[in-house]
Amino acid sequence: MSADTPNAPVLSVRNLKIGATAYPPGEPPREIEIVHGVSFDLAKGRVLGLIGESGAGKSTIGLSALGYGRGGVKITGGEVLLDGEDILKLPRRGLRRLRGRRVTYVAQSAAAAFNPAHRLGDQVIEGALRHGLMTRRAARERARHLFAILGLPEPDSFGQRFPHQVSGGQLQRAMTAMALCPEPDLIVFDEPTTALDVTTQIDVLAAIKSAIAETGVAALYITHDLAVVAQISDEIMVLRHGNTIEHGETRQIVEAPREAYTRDLLSVRSTIKPAAAEQPGDLLRLDGIDAAYGQGLQVLHGVDMFLSRGQTLAVVGESGSGKSTTARVVTGLLPPMRGQVLFEGEALPPALKARSKEQLRRVQMIYQMADTAMNPRQTVAEIIGRPLGFYFGMRGQARRKRVAELLDQIEMGDGFAERYPAELSGGQKQRVCIARALAAEPSLILCDEPTSALDPLVAEGVLKLLGDLQQETGVGYLFITHDIATVRAIADSIAVMYQGRVVRFGPKDKVLSPPFDDYTDLLLRSVPEMEIGWLEQALGTRKMTSAGN
Amino acid sequence: MSELWRSMPWSARIGLAGCAFFAFLALFADVVAPFGEREIVGDVWQASLSACEGEAGPGTCLLGTDNLGRDMASRLIYGAQTTIAVALAAGVLSFAIGMILSFTAAVVGGWTDQVLSRVNDMLLAIPTLIFALVVLAALPQTIAILIAVMAVIDQTRVYRLGRAVAVDVVVQDFVEAARLRGEGWGWIVFREILPNVLTPLIAEFGLRFAFAVLFLSTLSFLGLGIQPPEADWGGMVKDNKDGIIFLVPAALYPGAAIALLAVSVNLVVDWLLARTSSLKGGRG
Amino acid sequence: MATSIRPPRTGLDPVLALILQRIGIGFGLILAISALLFLGIEALPGDFARNFLGQSATPQAVANIRAELGLDEPAILRYFEWLGGVLTGDFGTSWANGSSVNEQLGKRLANTLFLAAVAAVVAVPLSIGLGMLAVFFRDRLPDRLINIVSLIAISMPEFFVGYLLIFFFALQLGIGDGPPIIPSPGASLWENVQLVFLPAMTLVVVVLAHMMRMTRASILNIMQSAYVETAELKGLSPLRIIWKHAAPNAIAPIINVVALNLAYLVVGVVVVEVIFAYPGMGQYFVDAVTVRDMPVVQACGIVFAGVYIVLNMLADVGAILANPRLRHPK
Repeated sequence: MSADTPNAPVLSVRNLKIGATAYPPGEPPREIEIVHGVSFDLAKGRVLGLIGESGAGKSTIGLSALGYGRGGVKITGGEVLLDGEDILKLPRRGLRRLRGRRVTYVAQSAAAAFNPAHRLGDQVIEGALRHGLMTRRAARERARHLFAILGLPEPDSFGQRFPHQVSGGQLQRAMTAMALCPEPDLIVFDEPTTALDVTTQIDVLAAIKSAIAETGVAALYITHDLAVVAQISDEIMVLRHGNTIEHGETRQIVEAPREAYTRDLLSVRSTIKPAAAEQPGDLLRLDGIDAAYGQGLQVLHGVDMFLSRGQTLAVVGESGSGKSTTARVVTGLLPPMRGQVLFEGEALPPALKARSKEQLRRVQMIYQMADTAMNPRQTVAEIIGRPLGFYFGMRGQARRKRVAELLDQIEMGDGFAERYPAELSGGQKQRVCIARALAAEPSLILCDEPTSALDPLVAEGVLKLLGDLQQETGVGYLFITHDIATVRAIADSIAVMYQGRVVRFGPKDKVLSPPFDDYTDLLLRSVPEMEIGWLEQALGTRKMTSAGN
Repeated sequence: MSELWRSMPWSARIGLAGCAFFAFLALFADVVAPFGEREIVGDVWQASLSACEGEAGPGTCLLGTDNLGRDMASRLIYGAQTTIAVALAAGVLSFAIGMILSFTAAVVGGWTDQVLSRVNDMLLAIPTLIFALVVLAALPQTIAILIAVMAVIDQTRVYRLGRAVAVDVVVQDFVEAARLRGEGWGWIVFREILPNVLTPLIAEFGLRFAFAVLFLSTLSFLGLGIQPPEADWGGMVKDNKDGIIFLVPAALYPGAAIALLAVSVNLVVDWLLARTSSLKGGRG
Repeated sequence: MATSIRPPRTGLDPVLALILQRIGIGFGLILAISALLFLGIEALPGDFARNFLGQSATPQAVANIRAELGLDEPAILRYFEWLGGVLTGDFGTSWANGSSVNEQLGKRLANTLFLAAVAAVVAVPLSIGLGMLAVFFRDRLPDRLINIVSLIAISMPEFFVGYLLIFFFALQLGIGDGPPIIPSPGASLWENVQLVFLPAMTLVVVVLAHMMRMTRASILNIMQSAYVETAELKGLSPLRIIWKHAAPNAIAPIINVVALNLAYLVVGVVVVEVIFAYPGMGQYFVDAVTVRDMPVVQACGIVFAGVYIVLNMLADVGAILANPRLRHPK
């Protein structure tokens, strides 16, 4: 293939194989293959979305376009052709001449990827200068131009700032400017919006999209979110466990997927839980809660909400909105300054220490990181068995039997009883945490983002389990999340929080139908939908813009 | 056990073997030592492998004799007993004090933590040796006091590590989950925290022991540690240091013994520390 | 001694406020330690007069000496008298020979600082260089070698290193002088530097390993950061990555390492001075401790602790100045 033909691919990956060193718990490290022969072509000016769950190998493939393996990752076979030249055969010097010049990279966490000791502007133009592509003057001018098209504030002086002086969304755009500055042939975007709040993500996404369009650069866009990639890419490749599942035009993948796995990814969380039967009486009521950390910062201002027995109340908001603090107040970890928590009609003592064992038993908790929520030195049977022993004095055979029942209830089975957390998958860990909460036979479970660290399909399984358990046991959930799709799937009522206040509260149907207040409108419109052209439509119709971008 | 041995790098094996060797000498000093601890068997500063005669009969002084004509090798072996026993006692005591205080600070938090930590910061700001010398100048010289002084000074280092490690674990969700369940502090410390910090703590204990050996030897060398005629390595260097000028290497043997013991312990500690960090890396 | 980097709320420039805060803490510490040195020792069981005279002293002799040394007054009163003296540069008189502590202290402190300075001039660049070398050859032979050698060096007591050097260098090879080493004020600087060659080398061996291991750890930490990966993915040369991207961020931790080890060095001098019979503060201190000459013990104690704390304070101030987040606030 010659580089001169007009439709020749910029990047051509042939049967790429990548290996890494694995550290299984309790065993010596060993070499494993994590990408098993992936091939694709990327033409000039096109955007290819690489999508898959964690462990699919998408980042590793992206970095191979720069001839780079992160931490012990090695390219073990195949070819990576850049304009027809195999970069895997290049010597170190050749690779250096290619990186930052013909191929550039945008990392997930720009906050860590920028050097804290230098001004943003100097870092943005450094690659172009070092490779001798332009004069300092021209590079500065180009950086200014890029800052402007990326919608950064005060493009003339933005480069004077240090990384810690600008927000996360701005850093992510600055990193995009840094990648575009040397006029590369190809940019690798590695989950550039994943760490951002949803209302910030939409703006960064739009900025990246328009910058790509303006410069005509080819891009690999890596993400786990199919709705995001549908907005920005021309074609999509679905990866799983280091294999290609499906590769096609974006429209075809989104509207007419050929593979079952792709269809599963597309239909995630469109399943809606049947509304829980209304049971008489309040389970939980928060009454005018003010709360602060330490002496200073007040984070909750007059928070009111209630949850009926056997139902699910979703508390939704961005990071810093006070939703997790609300949960801490309910648990007693953070006694409020004012207001009270009523549980089954009685006021709960504000501090954890003042609560009775019975009160503690009836409120249980599930965490975002199931990894850290379980003691790594205890077996599943010990983890689930402890509340049984602690609250009900169960031991020996009776306890073992109950643990087995609970393991059945979370659809895992008795075979897991003697395993340690490190031997479980992410979804299994979260299920064990659910079983531990259930073991106490609570009437309320606080769920603090229990699915946001999980891959979409696994998360859906966990949500479905939570729904089934509610049907069986009549337990109520206070479900904290930043994800509107999850809210749609599971909530009976919703509280929208913004800057420490409840801005909207009520039954799901009412909260999610117009007329909206400005913030709820922004939040709802910012959630990417699995629909081509959604981005432009959303940007055109929203009432306010995010404060944090 | 044999699996653990096989997973060790050669450096850790050497270290463990060294520790075992010194432990053996210390435990069976009476059996292993050819002559008595205070027995004069020959002239002053005889050369190594020279003939000498004790109460039990004639023999060879493997490493020569010391400044009073006592068998160097036998004194080294008895010195191992004294040095290791006192250092171990100081190490155990400092470790116990430091651990109890640091875990109390980390688990209880609030004012208890503030007061303990600030006092500890202040003690840490005083150089160890200076502190010890000032205090020993004011106190009668007995082994019990020596051990207590070493322990009190060194527990500040244990406290710092113990608190850091425990605070790391205390903020983990599984500890919060235990607190929300209503568990008492006994369960939280012994069942939730301790099993997760055992390896770094064992490593720290090794470091504290190695430090105690060096510190005790230094004090003895300065004449403020273990008092003669009891044999201990630091004091033996002091006794024999004047020989150096006459090219008598007697003072170097106990010095080498201290270094060998400390190297052995440090090799094991190095391996333990590497093991903790690779465990962390493995878990992601 | 790492204090948190939260600037106090004042109208001052935050960096200046932080530095002033740190200096304030340092002086507060010295004051607290002076109280501890004086009153803490007072509170310990045991009687100075009896200890000083020995167990066989008659009660009359003990009473006499108590009166003579002013030990009959309340401790708190004597503390403030002593503190007042220290602040005005008067450390009192020695119990052992009645001479002024000041005179001895001045001469000997100069000797000690000279020895420590010679050691520092060699140890600081050498250990930073070796630390960087170890990072450059990470997990390869030179790194492993440096690691093992430094581990052995950490495990050797100072006096063993000292006598080894005397035995092999001064006596076998004729390089450098053995004890006693007495610098003369009349000799040139270079002559005195040559004179303290072996004691300085002993100190170098003792701090080198610590300093090098800490340098290696802090640079390694930076080399594994995401911004160094970014620099690598920009196709920059290894030299530029180290010089432009790693080094500016390594300054703060390295300043810290250096200051901490200098503090250690000044204290480590005590043993080395005894080995080489060098007329410095350490020797003075140890002699006073042996005969329980408390005014000298307390004077040396507060001076050593003061130097140690000031160096630690400089480490923190250096780290504050090197932190871009503090130099360029939001």
